[in-house]
Amino acid sequence: MRPSVQEMIARSNGKKNKKAIEKIIPILLFLIASVSVLTSIGIVVTLIVETITFFTRVPFFDFIFGTTWLPFSNKDAQFGILPLIVGTLKVTLIATIVAVPIGISAAIYLSEYASENVRRILKPVLEVLAGVPTIVYGFFALTFVTPILQSVFPEIKIFNAISPGIVVGIMIIPMIASLSEDAMSSVPKSIREGALAMGSTKFEVAWKITVPAALSGIIASVVLAVSRAIGETMIVSLAAGSTPRFDGDFTGSIQTMTAYIVQVSKGDAGFGTTIYYSIYAVGFTLFVFTMVMNILAGYVSKRFREEY
Amino acid sequence: MRYIEQQAVVKRMNGRLIANSIFKYVFLAATLVALVALVILLYRIISQGMGHLSIEFLTNFASRFPEKAGIKAALVGSLWLMLVVAPTSIILGVGSAIYLEEYAKQNRITTFIRMNISNLAGVPSVVFGLLGLTIFVRAMALGNSILAAGFTMSLLILPVIVVASQEAIRSVPGELRDASFGMGATKWQTIVKIILPAAIPGILTGSILALSRAIGETAPLIVIGVPVIIQFLPAGVMDTFTALPMQIYDWSSRPQPEFQNVAAAGIMVLMAVLLFMNSIAVIIRNKFDKRY
Repeated sequence: MRPSVQEMIARSNGKKNKKAIEKIIPILLFLIASVSVLTSIGIVVTLIVETITFFTRVPFFDFIFGTTWLPFSNKDAQFGILPLIVGTLKVTLIATIVAVPIGISAAIYLSEYASENVRRILKPVLEVLAGVPTIVYGFFALTFVTPILQSVFPEIKIFNAISPGIVVGIMIIPMIASLSEDAMSSVPKSIREGALAMGSTKFEVAWKITVPAALSGIIASVVLAVSRAIGETMIVSLAAGSTPRFDGDFTGSIQTMTAYIVQVSKGDAGFGTTIYYSIYAVGFTLFVFTMVMNILAGYVSKRFREEY
Repeated sequence: MRYIEQQAVVKRMNGRLIANSIFKYVFLAATLVALVALVILLYRIISQGMGHLSIEFLTNFASRFPEKAGIKAALVGSLWLMLVVAPTSIILGVGSAIYLEEYAKQNRITTFIRMNISNLAGVPSVVFGLLGLTIFVRAMALGNSILAAGFTMSLLILPVIVVASQEAIRSVPGELRDASFGMGATKWQTIVKIILPAAIPGILTGSILALSRAIGETAPLIVIGVPVIIQFLPAGVMDTFTALPMQIYDWSSRPQPEFQNVAAAGIMVLMAVLLFMNSIAVIIRNKFDKRY
């Protein structure tokens, strides 16, 4: 005779290992979820510990206010990070000039003008552009954009801030476009229709209604993209050169924070040397920059959101 | 008496209409910049690399001579890397997502974990390299092995997989869950037999896209000291290795112009691998889309 349902339930409840599994699994999954927290802690602790070691050899104020970055000099090594920050800002500035107008315009087009068919083609194009590895962009900057710039402006050197700046800009366009488009798409249709009914043109609806309403999201997308540009490594390592400079020249070789870390890692900076610790100090500075930008983006999108 | 001054309206109207039609094309042109950039990029790389792409290129090791340089070690190295990254990152990512969506109580710890994951996604990859160098290469003494690089890459793409898996799990309808509980299934049984099978297309799509990011990342590999010139294939996860983007980086930064063509050919191989992975993701997405 087949057992009744009650018997089956009773038998199943009697199985001990099933209860044990139900107890163990949540703990196991919690441990797995805490790996991401451990990673963050690991990053912060690693950077801080090695940076402190660095500051036992190089005074803190020489580091953050110094205008000469000369780590490889044997007798007169100097670690003033400002030239690397200036290099990073040069590339980021050009990238922002390229990416912000194009990215926001593309977002307006996609959310306000494009038909469903056009969107179906253009959105994947942006996704592909976002998925291209940065090393490929770096190759493109060095072998294509720089020669073109040189043929127009002969004073531009083979390594400069402009070409990687433009290419970093192209790289972050998809990010600005898709995040801004998300923000614009979430503006309610009724507001647009109200403006259209009052006789606004489509452009006026986009410019005076949608963009202001989605402004917090748009600004957040720009801040996130700038943070990405600051942390971008391969494009600047290949195309921007390795000359830390504290000046306003964009046409010659520069060095960014990220490119310095790559330059040292590529060579054999022995473990325990000041140069070895300097990449952590530079990495920590970079980390602070990007973290501040990311927190700012989160704050802007939360604090200034227009609720409908 | 007329309520509307027609003259004035017409005068303003023209300017507004012109602005309207001009800006439509300005916005379209901006959108097309992205498309044009992509076309030029692909055209340049294919026209440069095509001449160098051959069977020998795939089966030769790296060489000082551009005509003999091949990508074998890097291609095999990248596949080895994926053998470590895929299981590590998917187990960690999906596990975290299940915890956050199914088990986590709404308390401060949960909020902290969520915030932490979104912040982690914004950390530059080169900083992950510094983490890998200190923890995996030095503290755990893994050296510049496949395992050390794989763990570093896994942590790098972890946030992407967690977020994608969370979305996939969240989109499983509540009725399925209720039905399973109603039939007397335990929570873990419901997760394994009902929720995960329903969420697997979304999880896989997100994971494959994350893995394709890992395969193209260069900076962390450079920082943890992955070498370029390797004349043998790795035999296990503790061996040293090189990877596609490392090899491309090396060729791109060489002064001889011939090596640029070699680099372009290398990029074509890398892009082919990415295209393959992405098309699998698209196929999965289309095949399992909207089952409920």
